Amino acid sequence: MSEEKMMQIFIMGKAYDVPVGVTIMDAMEYAGYRFVRGAGCRSGFCGACATVYRKEGEYRLEFALACQEMVEEGMHLTQLPFTPAPRSSYVLSELDADENVLLQHYPAIARCVSCNTCTKACPQDIEVMDYVQAALRGDLKKVSELSFDCIQCGLCSMRCPADIKHSHLAQMARRLYAVTQSPEPDHLKTRMSELAEGIHEVQLDALMKMNLDELKKQYAARVIEAEGEES
Amino acid sequence: MSQAIAGQLQSGYPAAMRESIAKVEATRDRRLKEGPRNAMSAAQRTQVLQEWHPDYKADKKRAIQVGPSKGERMPHEVADLLEAYPVVNPRKIDLSSPDIEVQILILGGGGAASVAALFAHEEGIPTKDILMVSKLRHGDCNSIMAQGGIQAADRETDSPASHYIDVLGGGHYTNNPELVKALVNDGPLMIDWHEKLGALYDKVDGQYLEAHGGGTSRRRMHSAKDYTGMELMRVIRDEVRNVGIPVIEFAPAVELLLDKQGHAAGAVLTNLETEEYIVVKANATVLATGGFGRLHIQGFPTTNHYGATADGLIMAYRAGVRLIDMDSVQYHPTGVAYPAAILGQLATEKLRNQGAEPVNAHGDSFVFPLEPRDVESAAIIRECYGNNNGVSTPSGIRGVWLDTPMIDAIHGKGTIKKRLAAMWMMWHRHDIDITVDPALVFPTLHYQNGGVEIDADARTSVPGLFAGGEVAGGVHGKNRLMGNSLLDYNVFGRRAGISAAKWAKEHAAKSPTLKHIEAFSADLESAGIKTDRKAPIILPDYRREAVLERRLRILT
Repeated sequence: MSEEKMMQIFIMGKAYDVPVGVTIMDAMEYAGYRFVRGAGCRSGFCGACATVYRKEGEYRLEFALACQEMVEEGMHLTQLPFTPAPRSSYVLSELDADENVLLQHYPAIARCVSCNTCTKACPQDIEVMDYVQAALRGDLKKVSELSFDCIQCGLCSMRCPADIKHSHLAQMARRLYAVTQSPEPDHLKTRMSELAEGIHEVQLDALMKMNLDELKKQYAARVIEAEGEES
Repeated sequence: MSQAIAGQLQSGYPAAMRESIAKVEATRDRRLKEGPRNAMSAAQRTQVLQEWHPDYKADKKRAIQVGPSKGERMPHEVADLLEAYPVVNPRKIDLSSPDIEVQILILGGGGAASVAALFAHEEGIPTKDILMVSKLRHGDCNSIMAQGGIQAADRETDSPASHYIDVLGGGHYTNNPELVKALVNDGPLMIDWHEKLGALYDKVDGQYLEAHGGGTSRRRMHSAKDYTGMELMRVIRDEVRNVGIPVIEFAPAVELLLDKQGHAAGAVLTNLETEEYIVVKANATVLATGGFGRLHIQGFPTTNHYGATADGLIMAYRAGVRLIDMDSVQYHPTGVAYPAAILGQLATEKLRNQGAEPVNAHGDSFVFPLEPRDVESAAIIRECYGNNNGVSTPSGIRGVWLDTPMIDAIHGKGTIKKRLAAMWMMWHRHDIDITVDPALVFPTLHYQNGGVEIDADARTSVPGLFAGGEVAGGVHGKNRLMGNSLLDYNVFGRRAGISAAKWAKEHAAKSPTLKHIEAFSADLESAGIKTDRKAPIILPDYRREAVLERRLRILT
């Protein structure tokens, strides 16, 4: 292990020396912080560690996930572990997938001024403003595709001058798109009716009666299906 | 990437690693033409496991001295917590007037807990009589981090019976057959449920895009890019919010409550912000607290979320529930080995099911890419430390290449960015482009194979206490296959929710007590266990020693 190179960062205004080459989260722990809020999956999937920072000499605020972003010399850091964004509840099966459904549940999208601040805040590089525009047009497919990688960290909503609740809006759009435009494959329905008839349970019960040697033979005799693209 | 480091790197890698990458590139066309190596025979698998898998090192475990699994061997890190004293003094907890009374208390905020809540409600329990409590936020859990997919035998050429054989063989025939039957038989049912909830699985021409996983005989891995766990968790969580089931976040359970008959009667929680305790009385309690990755068994880094500290195991054990298969731990074959900043984070098995092959420092393949996880991990450890063919990183870690550019070579340009968007993004943040360069990997602590003993209805041996998801054992035996943990939390979360609802309707909890905690402490003392260890630990502590040594605890 080579000797650790150090640098100075600022956490909520206080200076700390931390190692070079670590994430913001690791740097804060190195400095002595113990997270209760502001840490979740620690792998970039849960959105718990949304972070705001400013670089030395810059006026701009920047946004990242503390578990993914590397610390840099002179960073001024804070965390936003909670976005109190209200959501609109709905019964999925009773929603009409018409072009105004998103607007009815999230009327604030009509106030979008196309400033693109949401997109700039997104740590997942999602074209957030574009999906808000698609939502205004009632284009569920477009909203679903553009928003799919959203980890619901809430940074876009924290920045939005129109107070749009982006992640809730996109969540609703994706679910509605799935049930209305991405139908369940027929083979799943067939399997469901076979299961209801109990055909497969008979086979399983037979396997459950086998002793270890018989099971090992069954395992060794498996024919491995070829790789393929479609089902 | 900071300037100080970036200056010495070429597209994310230092020169020494670049030399090895050149060797990987030199053999890539030949390897693509020849296809992957053959899978190992049963005898070869046994040999590599015994010689190289961390589970097979006897000195890393010990027999537990107290409780319902007394005499059974477990990793020291787990035994240390089971042989630890409670964090609460039972005599200082006022149980006479519970702060909250509900029919069903669900401990956990991840997949199993959320599914249990929805099915308990569907079984007729009003939302106001259900309470979910979570250590972190609702959804900050391992379920949300699962990438590769979920298994379910729904294609014509597949069957639950084929799935059953794969699970049993992969688990070395140590699984509980009743639980495996439930897992595979309910698989299509759960996918159907997700469809109705509006989860977006990958489809081509209206059909699922289904792939193999390590140890599968049929392509039955359903995915949502490599965000499968996230897509399922956020849809299920959204439905919990739609239905309006109450959730208290940052309020983990620290002990279970039992009534005089020995039935589960709720739990003692702690508010992590105010540090006050909260007594919840419940007719039925569901344990969905997840696994133990943050115990860093044998010093391994982990893919697990911040709260994976085995709390559920400890609480259930003190209440009298046996733990099974705790001697086995899942090390995912491909954790990140470079860069050090994201050491141990998950490189999904989907990279391999889409064609990326493990390759050593000389550019040679050395293992079939889709062995069951324990075998694949052991083979990678052997390649690094037995055959000395690993690649060394600047921080002194060894790993092997996962030759990711093979994916686009096989399936066409753009496949990685489309199907493996999360993986592309993870390395991209560190200036590594996995469509161009391979990624360095080494096994990482991933999953608690064992856990609390349950039956097919998710019942534990304590009446009124149910369990599902990673906290429970027996489903996967001593080795879980890819795609069966997402299925597990759905199948057994559902069964736990339904069973808890049925129980709660017919059994009113009597006065809750913590007598079992006093009894357990007495057992520890009579076994001669003298320690200042306390459990559950709730969160790991990654603060620097030098800071901790200088702490003045003035405000506590």
